[in-house]
Amino acid sequence: MTTLAPPAVRVQEPTTAKSGRSGSVVWMAIPALLMFIAFGIIPLLGVIALSFTTWDGIGDIHPSGLTSWTAALKDPGLPHAIWVTFEIMILSWLVQTPISIMIGVFLAATKKYRGFLAVLYFVPLLLSSAAISITYKALLDPNFGLGAGFGVEWLKQDWLGDSTLAMGVLIFVVSWQYIPFHSLIYQGAVRQIPTSMYEASMIDGAGRIRQFFSITLPQIKYTIITSSTLMVVGSLTFFDLIYVLTGGGPGDSTRALALEMYQKGFMANLMGPASCIAVILVLSGVVLAQLLRRLGGRGDESMQEGV
Amino acid sequence: MFNSNFSRRNFIGLTAGAAGAAALAACGSSGPSDKGGSDSGSKSGSASYWSLSGEPGEPIRQAAIDRFNKANADTKITPTFFQNDAYKQKIKTAIGAGQAPTLIWGWGGGGLKSYVDANQVVDLTDWLGQNAAVKDKILPSSFGAGTVNGKVYALPVETVQPIVLYYNKKVFDKVGVQPPQSYSDILALIPKFNAKGIAPFSLAGQSRWTNMMWLEFMLDRQAGSEVFDNVFAGKAGSWSDPQVLEMLTKVQDLVKGNAFIKGFSSITADSNADQALLYTGKAAMMVHGSWSYGIQKADGGSFVKDGGLGWMNFPPIDGGKGDPSNTVGNPGQYLSISSKASAADQETAKKFFSTTLVDDDEKAGWVKSGGVPVLKNSDSLFTGDDAQFLKDMSTIASGAKTFAQSWDQALSPTAAETLLDNIAKLFQLQVTPQQWVDNMNGVIGK
Repeated sequence: MTTLAPPAVRVQEPTTAKSGRSGSVVWMAIPALLMFIAFGIIPLLGVIALSFTTWDGIGDIHPSGLTSWTAALKDPGLPHAIWVTFEIMILSWLVQTPISIMIGVFLAATKKYRGFLAVLYFVPLLLSSAAISITYKALLDPNFGLGAGFGVEWLKQDWLGDSTLAMGVLIFVVSWQYIPFHSLIYQGAVRQIPTSMYEASMIDGAGRIRQFFSITLPQIKYTIITSSTLMVVGSLTFFDLIYVLTGGGPGDSTRALALEMYQKGFMANLMGPASCIAVILVLSGVVLAQLLRRLGGRGDESMQEGV
Repeated sequence: MFNSNFSRRNFIGLTAGAAGAAALAACGSSGPSDKGGSDSGSKSGSASYWSLSGEPGEPIRQAAIDRFNKANADTKITPTFFQNDAYKQKIKTAIGAGQAPTLIWGWGGGGLKSYVDANQVVDLTDWLGQNAAVKDKILPSSFGAGTVNGKVYALPVETVQPIVLYYNKKVFDKVGVQPPQSYSDILALIPKFNAKGIAPFSLAGQSRWTNMMWLEFMLDRQAGSEVFDNVFAGKAGSWSDPQVLEMLTKVQDLVKGNAFIKGFSSITADSNADQALLYTGKAAMMVHGSWSYGIQKADGGSFVKDGGLGWMNFPPIDGGKGDPSNTVGNPGQYLSISSKASAADQETAKKFFSTTLVDDDEKAGWVKSGGVPVLKNSDSLFTGDDAQFLKDMSTIASGAKTFAQSWDQALSPTAAETLLDNIAKLFQLQVTPQQWVDNMNGVIGK
């Protein structure tokens, strides 16, 4: 989450590292830094290097300049995969955000039965994506699934075999899985809002709806940005869910970038172009996260101005 | 049961009909499984063996290894079994990292070629020349998919698996129709089944290679086996045959004419749902590999036992060029030896090849599981409930003028992925036949 602005007064740094608890703590960052370098930076550099080579994953790696990049960028599958990725990103954001906020606000109230509901709501969070996908796939099977089992005609759709329906199912399953997580974030955020604000607005005659739009929403602005960043950047890496649920199909209707990368690299043995897609994925993630940060302002204004 | 571990087939034009038939008929010396020529005795080697887990293959493979280890106290083969899809990734990664097991199990064809190109597997040509007794025990038609650039890099093992047209006899009786003798019969049957609310064909479209089996037969019956031979040989523009366009149009007409069960694109073969549709009578027919018989027998209750299941080679297309005896599928599974293994380990592996893998127990084990072994003279073992099916599969395999390897296995992984992708789009009506041809011409020889 965003932090409040640091105090403008600059404390004089002590010159000796010895001086008690204010000594240099930079070394404390070393374990995390090492992990990050070993499992973040080095593989990333490796992928960038691989994107300038030709490699089938088995034989020798041959440096080949921009061959892989031209091959990857010329492939009509790439713009399609980018389009699918953004479609999933935007649609899942549009579905998840309002529902998560509403559930979060609902659960923030301290009432016993809501605590019980909260526990129920969080169950999907405990399940792995692969398990969820397999379950939904079985439930949605047009011949042996839910529709056939209960004899409900409208449930007997070609859920994963029709382009539009498959995308819809995907968004639904993503939302079903992640809404609990985002609700949890919003619940915490809403609880942070001082009750004095609601009391003051009540004196001014504001109703529930007005309170929600004038107090709750503006107060959780930074939480919305945090949650959106998680959703947007997270949707770039949806892989297991799509892989198990639709395999990118029907045809290539749900083949997002991560899946395209996997198929290029590990199915078609084209590690070079697959690495290019990986680089594109990383860049998109960084750019999107930065954009969302900008959207949230510079982080130097207080959320509680005038309180 | 069989899952998709058996469902990987290959396609190399093998004009081995006459040779195969003769080989089957000829009674080879059924001598005891004595050791092959290479006798390095004193040195002890230990080989690692990676293969697929699950019934019915795993217990048979394990039994073979146990037999070998018992008979050869100074050497040891250690198996590790993986699930089908996990195995495909794991073996590729291990070979790429120089950590390959001594014995590399696979499907031959394009995948094997990528190992050969990377100098990761041992050339067995000379060894087979010196050990003609071993070579003579195996069906000649099975060697094609284990051969790269004229040299044998993998020993055919396990079973021959042609793809056939299955049908539900009970459903045919209920609707009052006869099994199709030709493609026009199929077209005539489609509206009749649809009118009764029964899907003409079951198809697990999400798995993609299931759709491919249709294309393999449709292309062969329409245009003959030469088109794919040319594609396999890497001749530019091989798909640009007017017969290919004709065939693709026919396939899309089948899709549009509701020949396949509604929602076929949602169905996967991994769960065997396509086969369940056939034995539950929701679908009348299905094109599937011979391994499907075992699955239906195990899962379909008394369906197979009561004679509910019928099978035949895919019928000819009227006016088509293909030989109606041709078939498609897996000419065998394949074992290669890693070139990174030590000399002693390689010797152990070769000893395993020349003794246990061609012995009578091995043959009997696969027959018992409902498969036709790649080993010659299996016909006498075909007894009991499955005899007719096994005989028919053996006849189809040996009588085929061309036993073609499944496309996705014959081609390089790069071309195979594009192929499967475009086949899925073709069935989804996302590409036109002309676009399909253009896309596929783009990856010929890659």
